[in-house]
Amino acid sequence: MTIREYMKRAWPLYAMIIPGIFFVLLFRYYPMYGVVIAFQDFSPAKGFLNSPWVGWENFEFLFSLPEFWRILGNTLIIAVAKIVADQIGAIILSLLLNEARMLFFRRAIQTLIYLPYFLSWIVLGGILLDVLSPYGILNQAIGNFGVEPQLFLGSNNWFRGTIITSGFWKNVGFSTIIYLAALTAINPALHEAAAIDGAGRFRRIWHITLPGIRPTIVLLAALSLGDVLQAGFEQILTLYSPAVYRTGDIIDTNVYRVGLVSAQYSLAGAVGLFKSLIGFGLILLSYWLADRYAGYRIL
Amino acid sequence: MIRDSNWSSRLFDASNYVFLTVFALLCLAPMVHIFAVSLSGRAPATGGFVSFWPIDFTLENYQEVMGSRTFLRSFLISVTRVLTGASLNMILIILTAYPLSKTPRAFRGRTIFIWFFVFAMLFDGGLIPSFMVVRSLGLLNTLGALILPNALPIFSVILMMNFFRDVPKELEESAVIDGASHWKVLWYIYLPLSLPAIATLTLLSSVNHWNAWFDGLIYMTDTANYPMQTFLRTVVVELDLTNIGIDPRDLQRLSDRAIRGAQIVVATVPILVVYPFLQRYFISGIKLGAVKE
Repeated sequence: MTIREYMKRAWPLYAMIIPGIFFVLLFRYYPMYGVVIAFQDFSPAKGFLNSPWVGWENFEFLFSLPEFWRILGNTLIIAVAKIVADQIGAIILSLLLNEARMLFFRRAIQTLIYLPYFLSWIVLGGILLDVLSPYGILNQAIGNFGVEPQLFLGSNNWFRGTIITSGFWKNVGFSTIIYLAALTAINPALHEAAAIDGAGRFRRIWHITLPGIRPTIVLLAALSLGDVLQAGFEQILTLYSPAVYRTGDIIDTNVYRVGLVSAQYSLAGAVGLFKSLIGFGLILLSYWLADRYAGYRIL
Repeated sequence: MIRDSNWSSRLFDASNYVFLTVFALLCLAPMVHIFAVSLSGRAPATGGFVSFWPIDFTLENYQEVMGSRTFLRSFLISVTRVLTGASLNMILIILTAYPLSKTPRAFRGRTIFIWFFVFAMLFDGGLIPSFMVVRSLGLLNTLGALILPNALPIFSVILMMNFFRDVPKELEESAVIDGASHWKVLWYIYLPLSLPAIATLTLLSSVNHWNAWFDGLIYMTDTANYPMQTFLRTVVVELDLTNIGIDPRDLQRLSDRAIRGAQIVVATVPILVVYPFLQRYFISGIKLGAVKE
């Protein structure tokens, strides 16, 4: 088949893909070129092309800041705690939902626990700011037991816990979906055979149900590695305040404040590039692990 | 059907039902509380007497919200954004996914194209360079800043592509023998057969556009151009932050509480309207993408 013959039929495929390529080049690849600001003393008036180059200076300055290591630590701690809580919670919840045999009951519970996932952090944050405030309903409730009002969002003792819990609230229901799908794929004959052999309910959960979803657990554990720098930007930006920067400021919120609020573009660009590179490496590693141990490929 | 009728199994069932009910109600409780506050009169809302049922029932808070020009303007901006943004998303997703769903033989260069898109999905230029690009294109304070940067959600392209690949090849082959071009094959064969996936991705994209607020915050320098959620942020977040540590009995702040609740509820209603569809389609949709193998 000559090129001419091939193109006679295939040209629409290239025509179709051009708009997508255009948008991705402009809004994904052009910003990738823009990471050069991390090696410049960038000023918007001069642009990417004409700002003076400073080599590794921004990074040397960055790594010498104690603040940088603190926000990196906060990011890792919050993100890892969220992943662990979310996955364990989702496994337990989906096992329990799977054991609840009344179908309408299951549906009702699922409907209620999926809902927060589809609401924005502004809506959920607005609710939390009211509910968790010193005069909010939660402090009233614990006040009935004689507990002093707590600053759930304003104190460094509570902030991370509040972020992890509220992240759990938004995401755990939705995270059960994949496990529930895996649970329905378990052959009921296995359960029946085990029951005939005298296995009680808990032994069946332990020896059949759990091993049945083990591949899914391994897969999600591998993929979650790609998220260990994603502590929840929109959530924290909505809920934090200067009082909790010590425990709650993460890489993304820091980039936003330093770069867009204080206009220190190059420094923020350096922090951002640091995160992009490590994040990219982590995603590649997670995909490799997912392929190696769970046979999963995105393509 | 297995019957477990021994006492430990029944006890487990009972506690399981109780636990799941309590857990689901706990998830719902904060939302019900805000809803109740938004329907309550000034005094009980102010004094913090409302728990999960309105006291001195009134719709005045909603009247106030719906009567606010700023609120309505931002609502309208968000509606425009969802309609244009989600349409643009779907057109680009379908047009990009169709060629990528072909074999490298039928679509030469497919491997290169696919890595072009996947790399763009995995490596992020970051906030600051992205902001600079949008600004240098003169998009600040335009609708374009909200819908163009993410006009092609690449992960959705992959989901769509996987769906297209499952369309039986025989249908396409027979259409091609009858002389159908790729445009016709896409329009008359792939699209009708992919309606569930298209519905799922349209809903997802609409919800994402409705819920987005950070782009509005950075790309709109004039607050008059804020979409709904960004506007809501100035109401529920910025006000509250300045109030952290203020006297709990600050009546001025508390009188705003019910109104803020009403604004939160109004911003949530569109999601609740599509929620039954979201739940049904999206769950089948995520299975289609996430646990394909």
